[in-house]
Amino acid sequence: FQDQAEQFFRSGHTNNWAVLVCTSRFWFNYRHVANTLSVYRSVKRLGIPDSHIVLMLADDMACNPRNPKPATVFSHKNMELNVYGDDVEVDYRSYEVTVENFLRVLTGRIPPSTPRSKRLLSDDRSNILIYMTGHGGNGFLKFQDSEEITNVELADAFEQMWQKRRYNELLFIIDTCQGASMYERFYSPNIMALASSQVGEDSLSHQPDLGIGVHLMDRYTFYVLEFLEEIHPASQTNMNDL
Amino acid sequence: QVQLVVPMAVVFGPGSVPGDLPGPLPFRDVQEMEISVNLRTSVTSRYEMLFRSTTGQEEAALAAATAREADAALHPLQDTTLGSLTVYVVPETSSLLPQGIKVYVGKHRSALVRAGGSLAALQAQLREVAQVMSFTASSIAAALSDRVPDGQLSPDARRYLKSSLGYEITFSLLNPDPKSHIVDWDIEGAVNRYVKPVLDKLSLVANFSVDSQILYYAVLGVTPRYDKESSSFLLSAHSLPHVINPVEARLGSSAASLYPVLNFLLYVPERSHSPLYIQDKDGAPVSTNAFHSPRWGGIMVYNVEAPASPQASLPLHVDVDMARVMEVFLAQLRLLFGLSREEVPPEFLLEHPGNEGLADWELDHLLWAHTVENIATVSTTLTSLAQLLDKIGNIVIKDDVASEVYRAVASVQSAVTELSLGHLHAAFQASKEAVTSSERAFFDPSLLHLLYFPDDQKFAIYIPLFLPMAVPILLSLAKIVRETRQCKKEPTKMD
Repeated sequence: FQDQAEQFFRSGHTNNWAVLVCTSRFWFNYRHVANTLSVYRSVKRLGIPDSHIVLMLADDMACNPRNPKPATVFSHKNMELNVYGDDVEVDYRSYEVTVENFLRVLTGRIPPSTPRSKRLLSDDRSNILIYMTGHGGNGFLKFQDSEEITNVELADAFEQMWQKRRYNELLFIIDTCQGASMYERFYSPNIMALASSQVGEDSLSHQPDLGIGVHLMDRYTFYVLEFLEEIHPASQTNMNDL
Repeated sequence: QVQLVVPMAVVFGPGSVPGDLPGPLPFRDVQEMEISVNLRTSVTSRYEMLFRSTTGQEEAALAAATAREADAALHPLQDTTLGSLTVYVVPETSSLLPQGIKVYVGKHRSALVRAGGSLAALQAQLREVAQVMSFTASSIAAALSDRVPDGQLSPDARRYLKSSLGYEITFSLLNPDPKSHIVDWDIEGAVNRYVKPVLDKLSLVANFSVDSQILYYAVLGVTPRYDKESSSFLLSAHSLPHVINPVEARLGSSAASLYPVLNFLLYVPERSHSPLYIQDKDGAPVSTNAFHSPRWGGIMVYNVEAPASPQASLPLHVDVDMARVMEVFLAQLRLLFGLSREEVPPEFLLEHPGNEGLADWELDHLLWAHTVENIATVSTTLTSLAQLLDKIGNIVIKDDVASEVYRAVASVQSAVTELSLGHLHAAFQASKEAVTSSERAFFDPSLLHLLYFPDDQKFAIYIPLFLPMAVPILLSLAKIVRETRQCKKEPTKMD
């Protein structure tokens, strides 16, 4: 055989995954859904395919009777970018976005009948992005007004992932009030966590849109996305530049 | 801890017996080596050698003209159990081995070694042969890659396919320009002719399923550069990682199975971007025009020649040369599994495996590595499961989870025992069972623990509930006690 096939690799990982969670529902939490969808768009644009993205949304914005422009979700009033589009693949929608399902996705303890698109099939060479947004407090994050996830549970879930080597590196981004408290308890290696606010601070929303009547996005995610918009797939910028 | 035993038979042909044997043939000898993975883990390898002289039939076979014929003739006379090796020592002057070659490794599980003089030199040679044909320190370290401290393994070693119960292989033909090319590929015939023999051989290792598809209007994510000197289009080495991502979105995978997927893509460039060549890091075009990505699969670019006359009618009919394509894909498949022949010392001559795609000893290589990996995975899984259950006291463990754990423990113990006896096949099967059971136990959906109650939450919940109830109860209890005491005192007074 002529084994001349070439291999090309950059760092130690071989695949990328993303888990994007929006934990709120109802019309006045429009901005959280817009946040998550914008991050979803950027992640897809920069190369992670839908088969490797687990998107959890309470998908009640686009077709909400209060939406003046139905079937759209806008993220920036000047750019008028419709982040909903027609190729959004939501894996867990509406009432399926629960703490239990989120922890099941992370730890892999999923009932055997779950389809492939709803699973996080990462291995020890996967780099995973976990983005969460919603309403939070000191040490917890509220899921859909009926339950909450504590930072200890999240840290334990990550430890379970590490034990089974389900990630190579984890990037955890959280955009909620007092978001930094959510990563206080992490004790597994190879995790980088970013939060939009410290304990005691609130995350503020960026801009209201008078036509739609609600705030369109949160400040932290807005600036993160501005940074990401300038990146094309071959760029070498890294977290330091962010 | 874990002992890997390789049973070897060393057969001396006439005129090749070294002068300094400790005793008459046949005799047994053992060579042990410790492979240390990290401070706490090490694996011992034991080569149990039986030295004997040739039988009449073996002598006749060794009298063949070339090494290949000798190997074919010796094959029915050998012990062909998985994991065992047979080494035939031929005299120094023998013409079976070409000049400068000291060892010839055949297609099956045997090798021909040129006698070296002393017994010690022969033993060193035998150790080298055994390592090439079964496992080396680096292949064991790669199998145990998550226990090896960072920096000691080459970056490649962490990227071989992990041991899994099954793999899905998908062959895709990408035709971005159907108006110019109508591409026909006889994939079914090619799979039956070239791929099935290899997969049949590998069926011992895992279950393979093969499917294929044709995708139209699927473009690569990168625009190739036009190079005036060679009047062709070039894809440079550092743009290759970006080629895969846009295509992957359209590749799809079977919804039902959870096995890792290996994608092999054949890309026929558009008329306007033909011919397209892949450049390696030094700028030279890659001769096979293909590249592969670890744990994902491979891509090959198939250039269609421009039609002789410019007025040829489009679309052109293209019949893909499946032999050339499958040769590349099978080579990539071997590399993905980590079966490269590059680490072999220079005086070794390795026989081509021919139609079967891999030699028997390469299959053994995979089995040794996967068995060790499986055993390590099972022990990590069970340990962390035990730690989890220790930490969280109120998880309920169902009976079937418990029975899976027992089964996993029993299987892994039997795998280690079989390894120490040299039964590779039984050890591998036991290790596969152990992995299945332990994964089933660890990932059982009932083990999800959602009950986290910190102490201040407990106080905050129970005090407002019980305190208001408790106050009147305690007060009435106090009143009752006082009254009974008074009752007791009064009768004594009245008396």
